[in-house]
Amino acid sequence: MTATEVKTVMLTIDGRTVTAPEGTLLIEVTRKSGIEVPAFCYYEGYSLQAACRMCLVEVEKFPKLQTACTLPVAEGMVVRTQADPVVAARKSMLEFLVSNHPLDCPVCDKGGECELQDMSFRYGAGESRFTEIKVHTPEKQFSPLVYFDAPRCILCYRCVRVCNEGMGVGALGIQYRGVISEIVPNKGDHLDCDECGMCIDICPVGALTSGTYRYKTRPWEMTHVGTICTHCSGGCKTTLGVRNSEIIRANNRDRSGINGEFLCAKARFGWDFQRNEERLTSPLVRKNGVLEEVSWSEALSTVKTKFQEILERNGKFGIIGSAHTTNEENYFLQKFARQGLQTVNIDHHRTGDVPALINALSGKPGSLATTGDLYTTKAALVIGTDLSQQHPLAAFQLRANGRHHQAHVYTVSRGPVREDKYSIGAARYTDASNVFDAIESLREKLKNETELVILFGDVIKGDAVKQLVAFGDSLGIPVKYICLVDAANARGAADMGLLPHLGPGYRSTEKGLAVQDMVADPSLDALWVVGANPLKNGQALAAENAFVVVNEMFLTETAQRADVVFPASSAFEKSGTVTNVTGEVQRLKPAVKKMGTKPDLEIIGLVARELGFNLGVWTNDILFNEIRSTVRGYDVALPIIQTGGAAQSQPINGPVELDGRPELIASHEDTLFTSGTLGRYSKSLTSVLEYPGALYQS
Amino acid sequence: MLYNEPHPLEVRVLTKRMREPGYNGSIDAYLKYGGYKQFLKSVEMTPEQVIEELKVSNLRGRGGAGFPTGLKWSFVPRQSPKPKYIVVNGDESEPGTCKDRVLIENDPHMLIEGTMIGARVFGAERGYIYIRGEYRYLISIMEKAIEEAYREGWLGDNIKGTGINFHLRAHSGAGAYECGEESALLESLEGKRGNPRIRPPFPAVAGLYQSPTILNNVETYCSVPSVLELGGQAYADLGIPKAGGTKMTCLSGHFNKRGVYELPLGFPVEKLINEVGGGVRNGNKMKAFIPGGSSCPTLTGEEAWPLTMDYDSMAKAGTMLGSGGVVLLDETTDMVKAALRIMSFYAHESCGWCIPCREGTAWLKKLLYRLDTGHGNTQDINLVGDLAQNMMGRTFCPLGDAAAMPTIAIVKKFRHEFEAKLAQSTAGAVASPDQLVTIS
Repeated sequence: MTATEVKTVMLTIDGRTVTAPEGTLLIEVTRKSGIEVPAFCYYEGYSLQAACRMCLVEVEKFPKLQTACTLPVAEGMVVRTQADPVVAARKSMLEFLVSNHPLDCPVCDKGGECELQDMSFRYGAGESRFTEIKVHTPEKQFSPLVYFDAPRCILCYRCVRVCNEGMGVGALGIQYRGVISEIVPNKGDHLDCDECGMCIDICPVGALTSGTYRYKTRPWEMTHVGTICTHCSGGCKTTLGVRNSEIIRANNRDRSGINGEFLCAKARFGWDFQRNEERLTSPLVRKNGVLEEVSWSEALSTVKTKFQEILERNGKFGIIGSAHTTNEENYFLQKFARQGLQTVNIDHHRTGDVPALINALSGKPGSLATTGDLYTTKAALVIGTDLSQQHPLAAFQLRANGRHHQAHVYTVSRGPVREDKYSIGAARYTDASNVFDAIESLREKLKNETELVILFGDVIKGDAVKQLVAFGDSLGIPVKYICLVDAANARGAADMGLLPHLGPGYRSTEKGLAVQDMVADPSLDALWVVGANPLKNGQALAAENAFVVVNEMFLTETAQRADVVFPASSAFEKSGTVTNVTGEVQRLKPAVKKMGTKPDLEIIGLVARELGFNLGVWTNDILFNEIRSTVRGYDVALPIIQTGGAAQSQPINGPVELDGRPELIASHEDTLFTSGTLGRYSKSLTSVLEYPGALYQS
Repeated sequence: MLYNEPHPLEVRVLTKRMREPGYNGSIDAYLKYGGYKQFLKSVEMTPEQVIEELKVSNLRGRGGAGFPTGLKWSFVPRQSPKPKYIVVNGDESEPGTCKDRVLIENDPHMLIEGTMIGARVFGAERGYIYIRGEYRYLISIMEKAIEEAYREGWLGDNIKGTGINFHLRAHSGAGAYECGEESALLESLEGKRGNPRIRPPFPAVAGLYQSPTILNNVETYCSVPSVLELGGQAYADLGIPKAGGTKMTCLSGHFNKRGVYELPLGFPVEKLINEVGGGVRNGNKMKAFIPGGSSCPTLTGEEAWPLTMDYDSMAKAGTMLGSGGVVLLDETTDMVKAALRIMSFYAHESCGWCIPCREGTAWLKKLLYRLDTGHGNTQDINLVGDLAQNMMGRTFCPLGDAAAMPTIAIVKKFRHEFEAKLAQSTAGAVASPDQLVTIS
């Protein structure tokens, strides 16, 4: 493709000379020049509306005021944003807007962070000339999570556009016309959608409100903590609104994360597992067959006694880590296992074959795609996943890319997916045996692309990964890959060496037992499960007499089998770093405390101390520095992490030993509304009509 | 069916066939009176020649804006590789306007031939006649005519061996004034909500399905065959310089002889009222004159008498020729009520897209209602004018202006009537909330 030269034009705004690429929208130019042109309906990245008329400006040679949001800049344009007619127009628009807007600001959720308030304050009239009766309709509940107060709505259509264009759902529309025009949900009186709440976030006023947040607090009573969502592997930044050590809401206030403006239902509403009353707040020890609450010291000494006894008789240990716990915890856990207990039986539930991909890309540096690449790539091939449900951020990025850059999306799936709607090539497979037939059917189209990002789920694993990379090589274009893994730190768990054959940074180690082996091994003497639920499907541990220790937030199936349960802190209550599906390392920031719980890192550290292991100091900072210096690819810039940014870990370029057991890899197949244990205990997620949902239903 | 007797001062170009005794609008009748010959003539001509004839004819868009048709047609990128579309705006909904229905009802093939000439010029193979929802009965008339044209080989593939393919459909709107605005019409035609589009791009470049689209009023298309038949110059000579031909003029209100008359452009208002319209009813005095549909700034009787019915004359008087919907209001008319009636219409029809129109029309309606029922004070009269002024030129599409212009004019010219209402009012009960908030 030949790059077309974009001419730079010079124009005058309020007497200032400004240059900008020809054709840029005037409103963008003013904003970049630090000149404020108010607007409600203009929202960067979505289709133009020109409905609110707030951005009217005076442009020489135009007889009428022009909307800055639709006017492309041209050479020699002379713009005045503060001229008298402009000021008068803004004032009159606000007067019109407020004429039917209820003045219930004192009780409105949005009061204090409302764009209409801000604009009225800055540009509006000081008095009201409207003395008639306002149009009123009662508030409606669109879903348990989305409420709509029509009178407050200023009909900027942001919600309609974000739902339609941003989410690809189109669950909101307009009904009636004129002054009684109203936003309506797709099912007449309720929503059937992603429940992502993007419409709530994007609403400039208090028309769309959150079912979990409404009437709970005033915005200024909260402190805001930017942290990383703990559900899927996307690594979305979320801002928790905290009041009196209680999370009140999660939203996307500063849009500074890799997710930009995006958050899904899990991030926005699914944090409430944190305050579920079934949270464990005290250690439990099994006494006479029953788990009883005990003190920390009693629980720790129980573990110490038992572990020491097994160590002394050279018994068999198994350690199952988690794809939700932090890098520091995972790193320390494997250190505890390998150096402390001297066992190689350590693993976690693997949801994607990352080692196989790194191995297959050996000698091809720079072949792992980033979250950013999904927004800029010319083409993407999505294989074996319901992307919009399992990896909503990646799907959002691809949609935005398609909208803004006309990127081509191809899908290979075993059922209908949302990406089909805008893909230019879709193929189906039934199982792993014919997935490559489906991929091959797209070869001719793919060959004509100039670059490609391939995202693949758990259908491609083991040798198939190598085959896929060979397919990518054969296209003759630059190809990058993303191995889709499921949970918040699934990538980090693999990187940190929670694998029975690979240590931190995928260094080969002596082979140990995998998760499935540990569950099925009758000779196991002790099993420590840190933040996982390997027995969730009801299977029993083959080693009936094994001593089982579980770190958990809830009394899961695995915790019920335990002899000792340590109450663990959630991701919202601790520090540490997590690595998302594309290898971006980000930092968790503790927002609240949960009495009685401890972070897994501390629990592991305490057990290590009890056992007299010398594993070094176990604080997050020191461990992260150790990770940076010892784990390949993790020598990331500290300031980025410390300031809440996302630091790209560098993929390893070299061969990785594989265990040859791809059958151990399986996705959780979580929908938009499920998230393993976290989702089960989230009342918001389980409250929606769509729960638990199903994949491939688009 | 024709609704009124013809008048000798009429110049019959579009209505020449339908005024013949026994003319029933069927294809046989149309062919008998020389129908479809102009299409065949256009095939003999080059597209440039047809456009040139239109330019010479001074035919201006009959929908209300009065844009020169030849010029409009010359803007269409004929070389574009995209398909071209012919779209007929039959969403006749400007209050006071009822000419398109007379044309469709009585001589539908004239419209078909007009679109065919457009198709010939632009190489369009598809055309749509968008007819307002309230004119549902015209859909069957139009569909019957289209069926006849297909049957006789005047529509379809390779029409009469010319190699021209053209397919035409009649499409019913859902009853929205806004869909008379061309971009909203296109949205509606595409099956979407009838909201206007951001322009540019204009329909000529990116119209229906983002393809070059020739969008004209029913009467404009109907005039095209006549332009070719008479020749551009002869057609132009029927009217006055810069406004050629005849205009279907709809007389309603307090005329003695209401109806639709075909009159040459530049026809004097005085003759229009006293001769064609048979004078003001009961010998009353004319109080106000709306020259072309309710959106045109209202004239006082004194202002209107010396004018002529053409674009420039009306523009000079601060109003517009508009769609040809002449409304005459006599001295018994309550102008506050008239303003309220007009605003009720626009409040009902505002699509709700942009703030000033959506909120402004509704607010003005409430305000005018209050003034009409004798409540309020003199500041409220100022407020009416002020709000209307705040809408002017700031709305997304012309609907806001259409609502504001007559209001501004009425408040300015008939302010004494508003004041008189306030003076005679007693401090009565406030109007019921239902009456204030219902948009009907």
